[in-house]
Amino acid sequence: MRFLLQRTAFYLFTAWAAITLNFFIPRLVPGDPVQSLISRNQGRISADAIESLRVLFGLDSNENIWEQYLDYWGQLLHGDLGLSFTFFPTPVSTVIGDSLPWTVGLVGITTIISFLLGTALGVGAGWRRGSWVDGLLPATTFLSSIPYFWLGLVAIAVFTGPGSFFPSSGGYEAGLVPAFDGYFIPSAIKHSVLPAATILVSSMSGWILSMRNMMVTVSSEDYITVAHAKGLSERRVALSYAARNALLPNVSGFALSLGFIVGGTLLVEIVFSYPGLGYQLFQAVGYKDYPLMQGIFLIITISVLVANLLADVAYLLLDPRTRKS
Amino acid sequence: MSDPVLEIRGLRVDYGLGDAAVHAVRDVDLTLHRGEVLGLAGESGSGKSTLAYGLTRLLPPPGVVSGGQVIYHPADGPPVDVLTLSPAQLRQFRWAETSIVFQGAMNSLNPVHKVSTQLLDVIKAHEPKSTAAGRLARARDLLRLVGIAADRLDSYPHQLSGGMRQRVMIAMALALEPQLVIMDEPTTALDVVMQRQILGQLAELRDRLGFAVLFITHDLSLLVEFSDRIAIMYGGRIVEEAPAAQLYRRALHPYTEGLLHSFPALRGPRRELTGIPGSPPDLRAMPEGCAFHPRCPKAFDPCDKKVPALGAAEPDRAVACWLHPVAAPAPR
Repeated sequence: MRFLLQRTAFYLFTAWAAITLNFFIPRLVPGDPVQSLISRNQGRISADAIESLRVLFGLDSNENIWEQYLDYWGQLLHGDLGLSFTFFPTPVSTVIGDSLPWTVGLVGITTIISFLLGTALGVGAGWRRGSWVDGLLPATTFLSSIPYFWLGLVAIAVFTGPGSFFPSSGGYEAGLVPAFDGYFIPSAIKHSVLPAATILVSSMSGWILSMRNMMVTVSSEDYITVAHAKGLSERRVALSYAARNALLPNVSGFALSLGFIVGGTLLVEIVFSYPGLGYQLFQAVGYKDYPLMQGIFLIITISVLVANLLADVAYLLLDPRTRKS
Repeated sequence: MSDPVLEIRGLRVDYGLGDAAVHAVRDVDLTLHRGEVLGLAGESGSGKSTLAYGLTRLLPPPGVVSGGQVIYHPADGPPVDVLTLSPAQLRQFRWAETSIVFQGAMNSLNPVHKVSTQLLDVIKAHEPKSTAAGRLARARDLLRLVGIAADRLDSYPHQLSGGMRQRVMIAMALALEPQLVIMDEPTTALDVVMQRQILGQLAELRDRLGFAVLFITHDLSLLVEFSDRIAIMYGGRIVEEAPAAQLYRRALHPYTEGLLHSFPALRGPRRELTGIPGSPPDLRAMPEGCAFHPRCPKAFDPCDKKVPALGAAEPDRAVACWLHPVAAPAPR
């Protein structure tokens, strides 16, 4: 328990450091959003308009940076991340709230499926070396070595088009209103099949390979021989003795990959124009939408930290050697 | 002498197949009697452990048993050849009839499961009808048997010392009251004090429960004290077999003599430690004739031409050496 508290304190400190950096970095960048608007409009904005823009963006106050920092924390704790420029005047928190479920739904579920499937195949491949599962390895490794955007584009070129079942872009049929009903849900699922399949294909081999190698390593341990000598069933030796121990590195890898769900989906969402967080970040960068960028970075930071904490907890539960009694 | 519990006949174990195969165990004949401690000694690479793995069919690939028979005599029922058991029969045979204590005391227990889980699952696998409470009571008794407090059941292996872990393994080996316990260098990783303690305990348990022990070690001094009979292995063959006291007093095979002169005696006149010159033979290129002749101080004419057969040189003892020619092979 003490260990868990220590870890939590450590992650809180890291979160503070990340948020502080998140506050300072945009302010150290030369120029400000108003200036970028002025240059974009090439001086066709009147002085009055500039002044009102400054007020709108909160750049008029004469607060020093320390007061601004405190204000920032105050707003953050209220869930106020400012207004997005791209979707002016929608608050950043609303923009993120709208796109986060798409990302988590698509990439989150695919990551879990990929982990479960890959690990199960890896257990099989490692336990019965030389079986058909081993033949799967070169194929999956080849698929995962293809750059993801290329795989996505090929999938779009091959499987979509006029008359095809698969749509080529978007998260749901245009014209539908997001709701939990019989029209929207099937449409959303239909739109997610292709991106999900490409992610699965390109990410699974990592799980298979690492699980297989750990199985092979663990299989030569003395306690496996002892388990055989004890006359336990093959199944029990494979699962409770070999796979149980071989799983440990994969579980921490899985927890870490959960943290990258939010941040690592840029390519998927751009290729499939999927309305998730990665696509949003891409747009925010294009429009120099600092508040949105800051907000998304914040979400990414926090999710990576939470995933790390989860990895610690999972390890604590699975490996008694890491527990300090 | 009482009736046999395990008879090994002409056992051959190879690593690899075909011409590239390395013959690690060659035509080994060995008989274990009920309740006796048979010591098996030899240098590293002489095939002791391979013999143990071969007769329990635990050889990791590329090891294969290429010939011979391992006849096991259960307490009741007809004798069975372990090498021809079906997988299901083999699973039942293992641990219930023959259990093993391995050399790696540190790694024989699964680090992520509690001691209780590992003790209970073997009982459960072999006695599916037993109740959970009954199994737990048995596990507590077993730990008490080897002098460990019953509350250690809830410990994980890393919370136990090396000596305790090996005692847990011995308790586990006795869990199903087997007829035969194979011990493959069970105390090699332990300090001498712990070694003594465990061996003392083991001798006591053997007297009480009456199981036979096949004790494998490279430490002949240990065997002289602990075992009833000793078999000496060299280059994959048994070269001498005799009651422990007789072997210690007067070895017939020059190799045994060399082993005996590799450690000091505690009592008796001072003698010089000579050891054995040279190194164990390369199993891929065994010398012609007796495998020991290149290192043997007494080698003479026939030694480098023909392999001497293991035969009874005196009542109760057998040797494979041209210095002690035997007319007929040892009776089985």
